[in-house]
Amino acid sequence: METFYDVMRRQGITRRSFLKYCSLTAAALGLGPSFAPKIAHAMETKERIPVLWLHGLECTCCSESFIRSAHPLAKDVVLSMLSLDYDDTIMAAAGHEAEAIIEEIVTKYKGKYLLAVEGNPPLNEDGMYCIIGGKPFTDQLTYASQHAKAIISWGSCASWGCVQAARPNPTRATPVHKVPGIGNKPIIKVPGCPPIAEVMTAVVTYILTFERFPELDRQGRPKMFYSQRIHDKCYRRPHFDAGQFVEKWDDEGAKKGYCLYKMGCKGPTTYNACSTVRWNGGLSFPIQAGHGCIGCSEDGFWDKGGFYDRLTDIHQFGIEANADEIGVGAATVVGAAAAAHAAVSAVKQARTKGDND
Amino acid sequence: MADQMADQAASQQTAVYVYEAPVRIWHWVNAFAIIALCVTGYFIGSPLSSVSGEASDHYVMGYMRFVHFAAAYIFIIGFVFRAYWAIVGNSHSREIYLPRIFSKDFWDELWHEIKWYSFLVDEPKKYTGHNPLAILAMHLMFVWGSIFMIISGLALYGEGAGMGSWQYQFFSSWLIPLMGQSQDVHTYHHLVMWLLIIFAIIHIYVAVREDIMSRQSIISSMISGWRLFKDNRPSND
Repeated sequence: METFYDVMRRQGITRRSFLKYCSLTAAALGLGPSFAPKIAHAMETKERIPVLWLHGLECTCCSESFIRSAHPLAKDVVLSMLSLDYDDTIMAAAGHEAEAIIEEIVTKYKGKYLLAVEGNPPLNEDGMYCIIGGKPFTDQLTYASQHAKAIISWGSCASWGCVQAARPNPTRATPVHKVPGIGNKPIIKVPGCPPIAEVMTAVVTYILTFERFPELDRQGRPKMFYSQRIHDKCYRRPHFDAGQFVEKWDDEGAKKGYCLYKMGCKGPTTYNACSTVRWNGGLSFPIQAGHGCIGCSEDGFWDKGGFYDRLTDIHQFGIEANADEIGVGAATVVGAAAAAHAAVSAVKQARTKGDND
Repeated sequence: MADQMADQAASQQTAVYVYEAPVRIWHWVNAFAIIALCVTGYFIGSPLSSVSGEASDHYVMGYMRFVHFAAAYIFIIGFVFRAYWAIVGNSHSREIYLPRIFSKDFWDELWHEIKWYSFLVDEPKKYTGHNPLAILAMHLMFVWGSIFMIISGLALYGEGAGMGSWQYQFFSSWLIPLMGQSQDVHTYHHLVMWLLIIFAIIHIYVAVREDIMSRQSIISSMISGWRLFKDNRPSND
């Protein structure tokens, strides 16, 4: 097993530079000079955490996003920080050789490896809707998860279910934390379709560096990236507060970059870091490109009505209508009933009065 | 004629003090808070037409949300105070919080009240407090509707206030995952607004109707606190 020291030497770093680095790190952390050898010792002996990256029902957009990370560069993560032993999308091995690696890691590094899951397993028909290497993905997932140290749920598929779990979910695609047989392994959710590249590499870097998860919120997402809504840090927010909205896609407001709230932007209800970290090396993000947020990192975002509707359609009433349509309808019925009742009451009152006179 | 005058004189003597001053003040403050909340809430969901010019010259949505939040706190504090008054106030102040559903009279009177509203009986009974139908409507629609609006409203407010805020800690953190996601909380918050509007329509209609057709005063009672009876006959007559 390669240690961090081995990797640094492989990357062309001399022992002299390595020891300098250890002294500097000790100083930077406010530790005494006596800690430098301890850090060097740890770097020389500590094994890199092996990672199994499994793919279930998914579109590989998480992997595509991951390899575009700029800070840190994905190549640095893969080549020097992470021991990515199995990822069928980017690994060289194929077929039986590739599948044998899973078995090898699970037996060799029992309880030590990280399990990263992209996509989710369909549970219907004993998992027959997703077959990997001749076996249902569910089996592979539960097998690999049993001996994992922790699980990373990449993307909305693994975290919430995403499009394959959208109503009516014919294959019963199930997010990782709800799959029976996973047990109570610690799970970190990194939702998004896909998650932001820098968020993915940052999460991996954090776990490898500190050997624990970053602080998570109640739903298991790292707080450092998912504690605020897109809306809270949106650069178009001043237009929202001012009451300046895009009313139509080609209107003056759209050209001036007004708020996309009325165009159904889900920024106000979506927890993600898009408006701060942005995409493609901080170049842009959907709202900056002139399109509202679709809320891709939220639970069940496919089932929350149109991407271009402000108010969500409610299906429980058998018809598709939003809260206002239902409310106005019900209020009209009640108002009309009250009016009719008032009319009858008035007639009755008049008659009773007439009788009395 | 002389009999009638004697009746009237007697009935005025049987006036009862029902709504204590704090309840009356709460009622009207609450009513105006609800109007402000519904109007601003509606325009938060469906904003007014865009204003032109520089963003720094306007604060339309900002003021809209400010009024909504300010009215919401008045509504919440009022509701908490009203719940407290249900404990320390007179017996009528408890009616809408703890309906007497275990009493047979309550259900008999409720049935009678339904018949009165279906034009099946000629005359309603007399009530010092609320009639059972009113109690049930206020309890189910207003009390529980308000509790839902307060909890979901604070959960939505907590999203803006941030994860460190007490609103987020005590409300957003559990309600949002429970209902699915933030958008669902918005939708149900919106839907229950309409429930309260429907309650208000019914409430105002029956208050006016009862004021005219029942045997006791209704609207003026919520101003003066006194329930006046229009006749001096027993309740079941």
